[in-house]
Amino acid sequence: MKDIKFYKLALFVNALVPLALLGWDWRRGQLGASPLNFVTRTTGTLTLVFLVLTLAVTPLRKWTGAQWLVRLRRMVGLYAFFYGSLHFLCYVWFDKAFDISGIAQDVARRWFILVGFLAFTSMVPLAVTSTDKMIKRLGGKRWQKLHRLTYLSAAAGVFHYYLLVKSDIRKPVGFAIVVGVLLGYRLFASYSKRGPKAQPLSLTTPPRGKA
Amino acid sequence: MLIKKPDDIKGSEITDRRVYLSRRNFMRGAALAATTAATGLLYRRLLAPDVQPVNPPGTPAPDAQAGAKQWGLPGDAATPYKDITSFNNFYEFGTDKYSPARRAQALVTKPWTVSVEGLVNKPKVFDVDELTRLFPPEDRIYRFRCVEGWSMVIPWLGFSLGELIKSVEPQGNAKYVAFETANDKKNRGIPQTDALSWPYVEGLRLDEALHPLATLAVGIYGEPLLPQNGAPIRLVVPWKYGFKNIKSVVRIKLIERMPSTTWVAEVPSVYGFFSNVNPSVDVLRDQATEERIGEWGRRKTLPFNGYADEVAGLYDGMDLSYYR
Repeated sequence: MKDIKFYKLALFVNALVPLALLGWDWRRGQLGASPLNFVTRTTGTLTLVFLVLTLAVTPLRKWTGAQWLVRLRRMVGLYAFFYGSLHFLCYVWFDKAFDISGIAQDVARRWFILVGFLAFTSMVPLAVTSTDKMIKRLGGKRWQKLHRLTYLSAAAGVFHYYLLVKSDIRKPVGFAIVVGVLLGYRLFASYSKRGPKAQPLSLTTPPRGKA
Repeated sequence: MLIKKPDDIKGSEITDRRVYLSRRNFMRGAALAATTAATGLLYRRLLAPDVQPVNPPGTPAPDAQAGAKQWGLPGDAATPYKDITSFNNFYEFGTDKYSPARRAQALVTKPWTVSVEGLVNKPKVFDVDELTRLFPPEDRIYRFRCVEGWSMVIPWLGFSLGELIKSVEPQGNAKYVAFETANDKKNRGIPQTDALSWPYVEGLRLDEALHPLATLAVGIYGEPLLPQNGAPIRLVVPWKYGFKNIKSVVRIKLIERMPSTTWVAEVPSVYGFFSNVNPSVDVLRDQATEERIGEWGRRKTLPFNGYADEVAGLYDGMDLSYYR
């Protein structure tokens, strides 16, 4: 399992598939009567999907012993931020027509907007500090601490989804269960002494071996 | 140091490095194609919309026929038939916008009767065909505004609810009108989901119900209503949010007290009985603007959905931010 470069490429391409199909369907007029609404919803759902995937990396790594998974995590996280940004842009553009005071009012008045805003903005420092350089600058411990903001972002994202549906809460509850399990696992692992200890791992790209 | 080649592998049998790499690249390409296809299928299955415009069998949509009549209001083109018939809220048949167009085809609409009862002198169970004989429907092009923030312009075919109500002679103590949607799984094919509590119920104050704009619709674009639009007969109150426009009505009851209505009972903190379109009062969301289906960008929402001249008088002296 050393073909990490290829895995990264495959992940990069696969993560763009939904966006490509979204654009393709839009062009063909296949997004239904309200394409704007559909694009907004779908980018939101994709953000949650990628947040769940980043949270799944650590448990999966410990469960399967596949240490290399962690080296895909940065890209998964950046895709969460990417789809989150598109989702936020949809709201700012389609819903609010870039009316800044209207957005400020909305954030202040509507719970689900406020919570969604929190979920999105808490991803910003994570994206900013995602480079090798920033990891080194912050130091692994502090970096890891900061990146626990992912938990907040995922929880707030799910809550945002729950708040905005009118009555059929099955999908947000589904996401809540998955995120709950993934966060619960961390709580359990940190309290249980017998829990599997994380093996020390390098978060940055390891130096190239001499060819 | 000299490394001796093992004797049992001939030089000619060793795979050439270029072949080895190209095979490896081929495998990578195949893996990439396979995972991409799988992701695409997953997306199609889970997230892409399942849009199925349903037109009357064998005919083009009524607004797409050659020489079709021009529908619409000044500055308000009528929404395409395919959008009106594919983008629906009909929670009995699923909570996403596109599933009613598919699943509501199971709705059995014949025969269909509407019972008009309660505080009236002449209660009666009408067959739908009898209703359209007694009250000939006409084209009525109205704006339709959903509380979710989207709107359409719909060429209904219908008649005034008030005509029907007057014909059964309301008694003096009748103050409200309660409506009920069919809720029969065996005979009507309506699934019993737990999305809301059934039957779907709505209500109007009697003076609202008697207003000539309050309509019982039996068609769209001159065609009979399709199941997803509330066949065979549904309420249209163009100055109120869409959810007041109850579908597939089987019972109309005149009563003395304000009736319970489905969404108010579901989320009392959000919805109110009146639910008049009002850009200055938040309901569920900021209601100042709307997405007109088929348009890019948003329009300003009009008080009473643009019917203030006709209906604002019904609410004289009422604080409309309180009586939502």
